[in-house]
Amino acid sequence: MQTNFTAAQLEKPEIAVANNILRTCVHCGMCTATCPTFVTIGDELDSPRGRIYLIKDMLENDRAASQEEVLHLDRCLSCLSCMTTCPSGVDYMHLVDHARVHVNETYQRPLTDRLLRGVLAQILPYPKRMRAALNLARLAKPFAFLLPGESMLIKRMRAMLNLAPAKMPAPQSLGGTVHKAIGRHNGRVALLAGCAQQAIGPSINTATIELLNRLGIEVVIPEAAGCCGALVHHMGRHDEALEAAKRNVNAWSDGAEYDAIIVNTSGCGTVLKDYGFMLRDDAMAAKAAAVSAKTMDISEYLLKIYEPTSVPPDITVAYHAACSLQHGQKITAAPKTLLRKAGFKVVEPKDPHLCCGSAGTYNIMQPDIAASLRRRKLDTLKAKSPDVIAAGNIGCLTQLAGDGIPTVHMVELLNWMAGGPKPAALNGV
Amino acid sequence: MQQAKPKPGILDKRAEIIAGLQAILPERAVIGDNISLKPYETDGLSAYKQMPLAVVLPETEAHVVAIMKFCNLHGVRVIPRGAGTSLSGGALPMADAVVIGMMRMNKILDINYADRYAVVQPGVTNIAITQAVQDEQFFYAPDPSSQLACMIGGNVSMNSGGAHCLKYGVTANNLLGLRIVTIEGEILEIGGKQMDAAGYDWLGLITGSEGQLGILTEVTVRILRSPEGARAMLAGFASNEVAGQCVDAIISSGIIPVALEFMDKPAIHACEDFAHAGYPLDAEALLIIEVEGSETEQSEMLARIRDICAAYHPVSMRVSQTAEESAAIWKGRKGAFGAVGRISPDYLCMDGTIPTSELPNVLKRIQAMSDEYGLKVANIFHAGDGNLHPLIMFDANDAESFHKAEAFGADILKLCVEVGGCLTGEHGVGIEKRDLMSVQFTPSELDQQRRIKSAFDPAWLLNPSKVFPLSGLAAAE
Repeated sequence: MQTNFTAAQLEKPEIAVANNILRTCVHCGMCTATCPTFVTIGDELDSPRGRIYLIKDMLENDRAASQEEVLHLDRCLSCLSCMTTCPSGVDYMHLVDHARVHVNETYQRPLTDRLLRGVLAQILPYPKRMRAALNLARLAKPFAFLLPGESMLIKRMRAMLNLAPAKMPAPQSLGGTVHKAIGRHNGRVALLAGCAQQAIGPSINTATIELLNRLGIEVVIPEAAGCCGALVHHMGRHDEALEAAKRNVNAWSDGAEYDAIIVNTSGCGTVLKDYGFMLRDDAMAAKAAAVSAKTMDISEYLLKIYEPTSVPPDITVAYHAACSLQHGQKITAAPKTLLRKAGFKVVEPKDPHLCCGSAGTYNIMQPDIAASLRRRKLDTLKAKSPDVIAAGNIGCLTQLAGDGIPTVHMVELLNWMAGGPKPAALNGV
Repeated sequence: MQQAKPKPGILDKRAEIIAGLQAILPERAVIGDNISLKPYETDGLSAYKQMPLAVVLPETEAHVVAIMKFCNLHGVRVIPRGAGTSLSGGALPMADAVVIGMMRMNKILDINYADRYAVVQPGVTNIAITQAVQDEQFFYAPDPSSQLACMIGGNVSMNSGGAHCLKYGVTANNLLGLRIVTIEGEILEIGGKQMDAAGYDWLGLITGSEGQLGILTEVTVRILRSPEGARAMLAGFASNEVAGQCVDAIISSGIIPVALEFMDKPAIHACEDFAHAGYPLDAEALLIIEVEGSETEQSEMLARIRDICAAYHPVSMRVSQTAEESAAIWKGRKGAFGAVGRISPDYLCMDGTIPTSELPNVLKRIQAMSDEYGLKVANIFHAGDGNLHPLIMFDANDAESFHKAEAFGADILKLCVEVGGCLTGEHGVGIEKRDLMSVQFTPSELDQQRRIKSAFDPAWLLNPSKVFPLSGLAAAE
């Protein structure tokens, strides 16, 4: 596609990158069909091709972001379904990442919007703050219906309260721990323990560590490693994202040798695998690229070594493909292969490529679209009559919970079939 | 490319027109600010751009009626748009026109398996029809390469084809009925739920009329029983000409494969990068030949085709063994145009039809033109139908390269007409081939066609800068 940047504009490295991405796009329109927001809203402006065009025009004219561009860019889930569909190989992810930074630098959001974003950025990446906030939310949840009106702010508040779990799990603090392999020694990995996950889904980390240990893998969680930075990254808060990336790269490059850096929250995995690009112009570029190269989703890592030991129960598992896994990391078969190897009957919903609406903080910031995508996903999952819904990402599990079918991380099911405990969510199934 | 002159007075009344449309449509159904209009300035033929006056996104037929009455009353031009995947610029706006985007009218209204039809709204994607009926072992046959995204309203307007049209015919052969809203806002029901319609072949007239006679609001398509099975075969050849001769030999033998597709070397490589289908990278040209039916039927037909191919000394022959292999083969073919985006920043996708016996000759002459113009060309097309799609690769950031590509494209289409073929196969005339219509038709043939447009749309408000040379619009006004 034609672009109109001046030579001076193209001297800026980030504009040169954007230009190269835009030039790959041939404007064929295939991406529109598999974009969750285009399917839901039916407007070119809420499709990848429309957003690419908005971004192109904004950057070419060196213009501050306007309300209209921000509206449509904010509505993008970053599910990257468009990248799976695109025949030309357009790197939409890095284009929209750059556009978000541009929005963050040039657009003044309304006050309530700024406050909410600030609060989320100050809480979600920190397990202890997150836990405290969830405890408050849990207390407030029964009164959510008292919130008056249908303004966006009120809808966002309600969406936040609805995400709070009914029961708070025990606190988890894994930073600085080492978990020895049991019996044999087949390898040593670092595990990204996640931030929100430690607060709302500690059983996922526990199952991951137990399973890896039983397979002879030592699991290390360096003290210095923390939130991957995805949350602030997707808000266009570039500096904070780079800070998180650098901290983690250092934590995993401190001399300890790991066979892999394991991620069991695929949303984070996509960002870890992008550290190499994010820090490409930094002095740490080589270290960051090495960390990205070593990063593996738990399903990728388990594929070669997983061995079930238990007799499988007659349970039908609906596998929900997290976008970060299927589109961001192009991992589609491994989770299903593993679940089948464990002895489960695996089914998939219609339109598996469509996002469930979780997408980081999207279900808080865009409650209407997120609710509509959640409903669609749950309907298509339930049409397959599963006993349980399994996914590889905490965000999806939270989004799909509370509709009558238990949700578990697939690693919990795999651990169960390899001698671990039955996941608590399955009591009664 | 020359744009039509805006109608006097319309641009000055822009704010009024937008406010008038907002008054008759729901919230966020009218787009009127220049930032938001920008992505609507072009479609699948992105070399041509024009900002519209406004965009409207109706959700119901009643909205369409209201929009048409409003535009007719105020003399405002209307450009229909589906998914915006047109490769001939069918949805290119005009400065004084309202673009009517049909993508919100995307419901499947009725499926009848006993009588084998489906009634759908125009914004339903082509593939969504097959997806809706495939669990019952039915499918909708025409399958444009953009079928994932393109919408049935656009398919009807352009009389789209696809790889499998060799056996099943194009859109026109798979339609039963339409509802259209005229520029006056009247609803016409054309055809019905079965084959025959009394009197003139209205359905045939509306199909391929490129949004110039009315706006579609409902389409009744024929659905067919899925075949028992299908298998694709890949045959690689040492040159384009030899592959072209082989195509002619297959068709001449009386065999009708369900699809017979051609790719030349640049296309093979680009598609392999995208789809990893195992295309033969050492071949100069590749035929994808698909047969369907029972196992025995498939085997018999494949054996005959293998014998024919063997006479042309193929460099490789492979029959797909699994459904996954076939899916990958088709993924590459269907994504071919986009995949060329991997080897060139821009392309013009031509669409002409020639007698299959002319394939070797025409391919040779296209190659000679390519050398002459100094622009690379990739050939990916429906060989069985003689429907060519040369993709001319150019650099849109270089004006000279673009002008050369346009001239090269026009030469190819003129060549198609010269050898007894046609300017368009399945992409429509649009804006791209408008001026070449006088190469294909005599002045009186064109006049008669224009009179038909005038009968439906006396003031030429509906997509008026397409299909005919601009002199037609000027004369009508």
